[in-house]
Amino acid sequence: MYPENFRYTKEHEWVLPEGETATIGITDHAQQELGDIVYVDLPQVGAPLEKGKSLGSVESVKAVSDVYAPVSGEVTEINTTLADKPESLNQDPHGAAWLIKVKLTNPAELDGLMSTADYLAYVGAEK
Amino acid sequence: MLDASGLSSAEELFAHLPDAVRLNRPLALDPGISEYEIVDVFRRRAAQNANGYPSFLGAGVYNHYRPVLVDTVVSRGEFLTSYTPYQAEISQGTLTTIFEFQTMICQLTGMDVANASMYDGSTAVPEAAMMAVRATGKGRVLVARTVHPEYREVLRTYARYQGMPVDEFGYLADTGSLDLEDLERKIDPLTAAVIVQSPNFFGIVDQVQAAAEIAHRHGALLVMVFTEAVSLGLLQPPSGADIIAGELQSFAISPCYGGPFAGILATKEKFMRQVPGRLVGQTTDSRGNRAFCLTLSTREQHIRREKATSNICTNQALIALMAAVFMTVYGKQGLRDLAVQNLAKAHYLAGKAQPRFSGPFFNEFVARIEGQSPDALNKALLKKKIIGGLPLAAHYPELPDCMLLCATEMSTRPDMDSVAAALAAAKPVDAAKPEEVQA
Repeated sequence: MYPENFRYTKEHEWVLPEGETATIGITDHAQQELGDIVYVDLPQVGAPLEKGKSLGSVESVKAVSDVYAPVSGEVTEINTTLADKPESLNQDPHGAAWLIKVKLTNPAELDGLMSTADYLAYVGAEK
Repeated sequence: MLDASGLSSAEELFAHLPDAVRLNRPLALDPGISEYEIVDVFRRRAAQNANGYPSFLGAGVYNHYRPVLVDTVVSRGEFLTSYTPYQAEISQGTLTTIFEFQTMICQLTGMDVANASMYDGSTAVPEAAMMAVRATGKGRVLVARTVHPEYREVLRTYARYQGMPVDEFGYLADTGSLDLEDLERKIDPLTAAVIVQSPNFFGIVDQVQAAAEIAHRHGALLVMVFTEAVSLGLLQPPSGADIIAGELQSFAISPCYGGPFAGILATKEKFMRQVPGRLVGQTTDSRGNRAFCLTLSTREQHIRREKATSNICTNQALIALMAAVFMTVYGKQGLRDLAVQNLAKAHYLAGKAQPRFSGPFFNEFVARIEGQSPDALNKALLKKKIIGGLPLAAHYPELPDCMLLCATEMSTRPDMDSVAAALAAAKPVDAAKPEEVQA
């Protein structure tokens, strides 16, 4: 369920590093907590990201949650399929329903994120 | 009571009020008269008000006929006594009227989405500006000087603590319409919104589309403001407008010393999630019946708190209902006919006056007053039991001899001729035409 090559944040985002770039999404735990997702607000391609700052938001039938940038960088691609199919975030949050791809400006930031085992322990403790 | 409150006279109760708003003498009433005698005194004084006088005052509040059906419907207890419902879906009747209101506003403005109404036109303008700021990610607002001066004041009040710089651009001295070159000079890449009004404050149908093209070329949105909703019977806002913010007082809402009124905010679908306030949507209930609900509520503060699109959480449901009943009573053709009448009457009056600007106008125009001040002319008209227009000097120092005059379907030919006669009588003798003095 939680891929070993992902890195995670306490705010329930995941990052998949691939060289100088990375893919960012929200975790399965996050989508379960949010419930039925009805809208995803994403940044524009080219927008700068600053670690810890809001990059967009995810809206469910009961709440709106900010998505925080797990790493700094520049947005190179956004998942446009989410505009018409926001519910795919409930179905495949770690795969098809990724949010954005970024070009990393400070890859060392990845070292500060949680491993899969750490994140599962963190989520378990939160419950 | 004075003992208990530690005061020595009733006068002390009012001591904190500024002198300017105080009478500074006792009321001229005989001491010791009874309550019904006092009521009678005030009733007789109230009868001296200019109630029912023909009025040529527009400038954002218009004298239109109110169909009797309007008060009959809004006085029903189901509507009159209810506040915007907190458990909204239990009030299907209220939601139905709001949904119909939104639908008619969309038809009237040519926009995709309209909210459940705003407090009034003046507060709709800053809400539209802040919406443009959210949608563009920029911060600066450019507003035309031909937008209602009091709307611009409300905009500046909102802008002050929003960190939203507001700058103005001018109008052409001959036509009274937008100075597009001035707009072109002042717009920059940080501009989120260009705000224009049409018909503008001088009554002139303005070049909204041209302004929109300039705004879009610089990545800004075009906000179109209207104060005279009847104009929409003839003039659909151009496609270049991104957000429409307007005032519905003309739709059977009594002038009532300036309020309460109802404003509208309408926009294109792509900006739907940035709309402030309430939105009512159509849905299907668990039994498959057509039903109405509050929709896209996550824009609102009760879910989104500090990230809400706006802190406005209520609407003017009852007042907006007046406008909805008005639109239903008049219908499409009726509203068009009404607009044509307004246009024709204002142009009849302007034909007997000296219009200051050459731009095309709807039911208001700026007249140059000769031989006396606009204030003196208004005093002369009041003696004839006619309410004149708005002297413009206070808002436009460059137009000291000018008055904004408005004619509506309520303006009769004899009353318009009386205004024309007063205008002519004021002219210096050598300039006056004898037949006009006769009239």
